[in-house]
Amino acid sequence: MIDEKMLDEILNQYPAKVKRSRKQHILIRMPDQDQKIEANTRTVPGIITNRGCAFAGCKGVVLGPLKDVVNIVHGPIGCGYYAWLTRRNKGRSDDQTKNYLAYCVSTDMQESDIVFGGEKKLVRTIDEVVDIFNPSAITISATCPVGLIGDDIQAVAKRAEEKYGISVTAYNCEGYKGVSQSAGHHIANNGLMEHIIGRGDLEEAGQDFTINILGEYNIGGDGWVINEMLEELGYTIQAVMTGDGSFEQLKNAHIADLNLVQCHRSINYIASMLEVKYGTPWLKVNFTGIRATANSLRQMALYFNDPDLIQRTEAYIARETARVEQLWEPYRRICQGKTAFCYVGGSRGHHYQGLYDELGITTVLAGYEFAHRDDYEGREVIPDIKSDADSKNIPELQVSPDPLRYRLKIPAERMEELREKISLNYYQGMIKEMNEGSIIVDDLNHYETEEFVRILQPDIFSSGIKDKYVVQKMGIPSKQLHNYDYSGPYAGFEGALNFARDISMCFTNPSWNYIIPPWRKKPLLQGTVLKGGE
Amino acid sequence: MLDCTTEKIYERSAGVINPAKTCQPIGAMYAALGIHKCLPHSHGSQGCCSYHRSHLTRHFREPVMASTSSFTEGASVFGGGANLKAAIKNVFTIYEPDIMAIHTTCLSETIGDDIPTIIKGAEIPPGKVVIHANTPSYQGSHVTGFSNMTRAMVAYLSVESQPNKLERVNIIPGFVNPGDMREIKRLVDLMGIPFIMFPDTSGVMDAPMTGQYTMYPPGGTPISALRESGDSCLTLALGAYASGDAAYQLERKCRVPAVVLKTPVGIRATDDFILTLRSAMVREVPYALEEERGQLVDIMTDLHHQFHGKKVAIFGDPDMVIALTEMVISLGMQPIHVLTGTPAGTIGGPQGMFEKEIRSMMDQAGIEGRVKAGGDLFELHQWIKRDPVDLIMGTSYGKYISRAEDIPLVRVGFPILDRGVHSYLPFAGYKGAMRLIEMIANALLDRADRDARDEDFELVM
Repeated sequence: MIDEKMLDEILNQYPAKVKRSRKQHILIRMPDQDQKIEANTRTVPGIITNRGCAFAGCKGVVLGPLKDVVNIVHGPIGCGYYAWLTRRNKGRSDDQTKNYLAYCVSTDMQESDIVFGGEKKLVRTIDEVVDIFNPSAITISATCPVGLIGDDIQAVAKRAEEKYGISVTAYNCEGYKGVSQSAGHHIANNGLMEHIIGRGDLEEAGQDFTINILGEYNIGGDGWVINEMLEELGYTIQAVMTGDGSFEQLKNAHIADLNLVQCHRSINYIASMLEVKYGTPWLKVNFTGIRATANSLRQMALYFNDPDLIQRTEAYIARETARVEQLWEPYRRICQGKTAFCYVGGSRGHHYQGLYDELGITTVLAGYEFAHRDDYEGREVIPDIKSDADSKNIPELQVSPDPLRYRLKIPAERMEELREKISLNYYQGMIKEMNEGSIIVDDLNHYETEEFVRILQPDIFSSGIKDKYVVQKMGIPSKQLHNYDYSGPYAGFEGALNFARDISMCFTNPSWNYIIPPWRKKPLLQGTVLKGGE
Repeated sequence: MLDCTTEKIYERSAGVINPAKTCQPIGAMYAALGIHKCLPHSHGSQGCCSYHRSHLTRHFREPVMASTSSFTEGASVFGGGANLKAAIKNVFTIYEPDIMAIHTTCLSETIGDDIPTIIKGAEIPPGKVVIHANTPSYQGSHVTGFSNMTRAMVAYLSVESQPNKLERVNIIPGFVNPGDMREIKRLVDLMGIPFIMFPDTSGVMDAPMTGQYTMYPPGGTPISALRESGDSCLTLALGAYASGDAAYQLERKCRVPAVVLKTPVGIRATDDFILTLRSAMVREVPYALEEERGQLVDIMTDLHHQFHGKKVAIFGDPDMVIALTEMVISLGMQPIHVLTGTPAGTIGGPQGMFEKEIRSMMDQAGIEGRVKAGGDLFELHQWIKRDPVDLIMGTSYGKYISRAEDIPLVRVGFPILDRGVHSYLPFAGYKGAMRLIEMIANALLDRADRDARDEDFELVM
């Protein structure tokens, strides 16, 4: 356990200004208090942070998984290169000539482009992309220098759209915007909301229980597990934002009866806009863990209020829970009583705590890399969040009800009734579920990681690639929860089992036993002391 | 897999599709990690630093520590001076390195931050050192960035402290793995020659598991050794692209003669390396080395039927690709497609050097093939579609072409993101050549086994 005094000692290593800032980003959980945390503010220069940039959030996270879209990166080569195949953008296509996930297109700006402007090169790149790939949609993502030299990528996109009659959208997601990837999620999603969703011709769902899944990125095939589960229950999935996502499906996302929100951080504002524009409510779901999955499925069934669907859902939960429980016990025995750190990007830092708990593992420290206060404190805090210079430079999209397509998906009274029962248009945040005395850290940095691990000695550390080997060098296994260490899926019932298997493997693999060489445990000379005189 | 890539080659004049290079700063970061107790610092947006750290970590499977100036829109408009000064103060207070090696990014280069002036105005604790390299991402490639940071080590630190040179050689290993650096050091040790290697990431990027985390592992070139490099009597730059510029800088600054050699990968380049050491430092080649070489030749002759005449496509960084091309020719193989993403000219060096060098090797061996600097993997794939090969040698990015065309891939170069261990073991030297031959022959034989009909499936090959 860490108390305020110990926390202060840790922070004393910082220069005074840094200490003042970091103090507001760290909490020791007191369940009887209404606790506030600072989030979505600048990282202090020089601090070794795990955070990335707006470009990473825009092209890397949100646009990257759209399989039938050619994503052009306008800038010097690095940004396009690093966002190419490094995030696990899994996508299946019936027509592989329309699957562009393995391609990286960059304008590879050179010094002359920086000096004289890069628009001409961008135009030529679009021409070549159309010639080679013949896509239905192209996106253009800006990297840092583009904004500085003033290339008008929006105008280039508009002209290309007119010239080719396909969707060409541009995203001013220069890396210096905002304070983390979160700014880029926002910029990308705003663009999809403004230019893609609603572009399709469909007016009615035409199928029962038509939903969109927002903020699901199909890491390790999570999205496919969720899709199979929901389709078996009778749901029709119109579009996913954006794991295994597609332009063709996304343009008709306006027809859904309900939007599920898996990653609250990256997409809650789009869910709200979809409600304003098309009248579609959203439901915060969590398909990580057995309890969370069952709970989410029940809430969905309750929303649609169809007796058959409710019955099918209960039967499905009973069947799957029984199946998983049978296999669960050996894993739980291995994991029982262990402690974890759970530091991930936007929602997994919260979601995985439930799954850890089901394995008997207590989360003693958790945090988010790029979350906002509402992800910690719940949506009720949104009116209190003050905008600052960094958040103001991310354009706020204003939407109004679509005169033709807005319709109430369920009656207003029923909405009120449901709000009491399910997470309709609501997310309670991470803090409320955390145990007394546990630590909550926003934008956990290298120094704090070292210190907290040294003091709390967790049995497992779960975060990303940059801190993974730091902690493993201390002899503590580290599980990446951004990319699952290339395992998965971890979603749903089957995924929970995969996770249990992988976490148990972290504890039981024999290699950890060899860290100390045997000669370090034995004295060099061994013998007996002979008694005097002999 | 890569179903949009067609045999028809389009004339492209604009962007890159599936690059075979990345940007300068990651090379600068990697070079800086080869200084003992150094914290690399990225002067730009957070994303740059995050991408470089992630990418290096995936290649080496080791912690990669580096800090960032965390630019916001304000810093981008008003200049990054305040951010860098704050970063320098915070880094020395919190992370306590001996030296900070700053590299720029396309952001700070575009706005024109004057790094030396900012450093002059920064609070640097006594005894601590700050160096910098300009690494605009819109010039050259990651190899250029490595070269620029290595040159900065010389520009900031090397001094000529006495009129007479010492009998000691500087070795600049280039953008290779710690396993290669260890092997090169072993070769020089075997020759009995005192040396300074810089940068040297061995002991940093291949640190052992001890149960204790150390932010600055024991490896890396000490600052004192970098200073003393000005008194050595010779610099061997291994690889013109990554190492040449620093060696010439040292020649100009401290009058240390520079010799630029190929990266010592393959028998001929290793022979050249040993021969140069032998004649410059007047040392007989010890039998232990001759024995290793003899073993290598034994392996080459014993197995030549397994690789002779096989066609190869090679891509990656120019220094490595030049050496690999020479090596596979020495094995009797035919490198018919040779490509690097890095533009052809070295900094201050001749233009078109890469193509000229590869072309002359091909001509000597009577091989007709394609060679290109500043190319991309989309084009390489099209070449392979038009003229198929038996083997691809290159980075992990080659696995997509390998799968699409069903051609085996030998992973060599930077980055290898999908396989482990590679960075601990050498490709350099005679031992490294043995390892490469084993990898090449096994890849070809595994393929032959897979494709053989039952009646042609052989126990002995």
